[in-house]
Amino acid sequence: MLLKIEHLRKHFGNQIVLHDVNLVINKGEVLCIIGQSGSGKTVLFRHIIGLMFPDGGRILLENEVISSPTTKPSDFNKVRKRFGILFQGAALFDSMNVGENLAFPLRELTNFTEKEINRKIGDSLEKVGLKEEFKTKMPSELSGGMRSRVGLARAIVMEPEIMLYDEPTSALDPIMTDKVNDLILSLRERLNMTSIVVTHDIGSAYKIADKMAMIHEGKIIFSGTPGEIRQSRNPYIQQFILGQRKRVYALDEAETYAGKVELGKLKPSTKTQPAVGSENLVNKKFEMPARKPPRLPTGGKGR
Amino acid sequence: MIYPLRLVASVGGAARLLAAKGYRFVLGAHQYGRLTKQTLVRFPLIVKNLNITISHMYTLGIESIPLVTMIALFLGSATVTQAVYQMSGMIPFRYLGALVCKTTVTELAPVITSMVFAGRVATGIAAEVACMKNSEQLDAMNVLRLDPIRYLIVPKTVACIVMLPVLVIWANLMAFTGAALTVALTVDVTMHTYLSGKKIFFDAIDVYVGVGKTAIFGAIVAITGAYFGFTAKGGAEGVGNATTKAVVVSAVLILVFDFVVAILVM
Repeated sequence: MLLKIEHLRKHFGNQIVLHDVNLVINKGEVLCIIGQSGSGKTVLFRHIIGLMFPDGGRILLENEVISSPTTKPSDFNKVRKRFGILFQGAALFDSMNVGENLAFPLRELTNFTEKEINRKIGDSLEKVGLKEEFKTKMPSELSGGMRSRVGLARAIVMEPEIMLYDEPTSALDPIMTDKVNDLILSLRERLNMTSIVVTHDIGSAYKIADKMAMIHEGKIIFSGTPGEIRQSRNPYIQQFILGQRKRVYALDEAETYAGKVELGKLKPSTKTQPAVGSENLVNKKFEMPARKPPRLPTGGKGR
Repeated sequence: MIYPLRLVASVGGAARLLAAKGYRFVLGAHQYGRLTKQTLVRFPLIVKNLNITISHMYTLGIESIPLVTMIALFLGSATVTQAVYQMSGMIPFRYLGALVCKTTVTELAPVITSMVFAGRVATGIAAEVACMKNSEQLDAMNVLRLDPIRYLIVPKTVACIVMLPVLVIWANLMAFTGAALTVALTVDVTMHTYLSGKKIFFDAIDVYVGVGKTAIFGAIVAITGAYFGFTAKGGAEGVGNATTKAVVVSAVLILVFDFVVAILVM
């Protein structure tokens, strides 16, 4: 066991974002955390990298508490060098070119000579499939896929043990998505990195994950292998992994309330296909809350 | 019976709103103070990244020269024109030079230049930091263990502290030039009268105080811009709000500290 999350809780005002989250990540494993937008994935991610600290619970790295309600940001700095992060938009420093982006942490945090730094930059760019000529390009000159690669190169240049990816393929086309997925797998194979990938791209998750965890409304509702998640009989999980908008109801509230559909005549959807193992839900009786007809102006006597 | 209750409720609501605003102000002031302290504590570290500071001196200071030149030339001209108008028939024109010199050196050039500098620099710093926050670049710096205050704010603050006094010296010279041109071209006062009047009450301490206090104004401009950049929320609207607040608060703080310096020097 490399990383363990125990009873993690976080709230913002009255909104509970993480509610008793428990997870275990083993060394060399690729864990994909999946879930809908707003389910708490990014907040969990930010807790793991020490950009947020919990209201309850703790995170342990090799049985040592690295994050708890009493942890200070400066305390987390001791373990931060063990993490590498690829942010959603790569978060490259706009004012620096690619080479300077990669060299910045090396120059400031290590004692390498300029020659060694140049060699490391070349190695990192090569690992992510970019040539050394890219060193002089500015981030604004790069495409989305290239930015992701440079962000990855910057993250691995410090040789972290644990790599975290925040929705690495969300802004990429399918071909580039596949390339980034291959890159994540090749890094695991070449450098034996433990990887945590936060994503809602289920196809990518199936391809790269050793283990998947699904988060919904701040709770981990599933943890297991990609094979196990496919077999899950939980209707919500099936709805998510099959990418269905609504499993049971064909009509959404907008149509209903706009008056296009007569209430009481709603039927279960025939368009959406039932998920494996949850067919019974389709035959569930549809129930809409009773609604009074709108009061129309009489146009007669006023009050 | 219902009206007194409504009155109590509305007074209570207003008091609660006022208390919330007061709390936010105190919290903001505390955070501003903490950022100032964190910035000042990291000043010795600029030695390691002197190149960043020098490049900021160029972009924040040297590139402001054309703007400051324009402002100062017209500032001197307007001061002379107004002074002549106000003095006509009451005060001899041999005091014109002294009046223009004193007002320009002690107040007008330092304060107006600092305000213009705040408009250009505080907004720039606030927008840059807020955009970096929005695009997760600040998070990336934190994760890479690169302290954003040290690498972003300290070099800019030092550059402002060094370059604003330089700009004010330049603004003094340009204001005198503008004043002299106005005397020569438009006003019915001889150049000899104007220049001899300048020497009557000239005191070097006025120049030192006028220029010296702008070092504090420089720090105010940089730290205020950084503070509103760091606390910006939301996307483009948040960046816009941050820049507006940065320039407004910078201007207010410059005037407040100008008053404090005036009291101390008097």
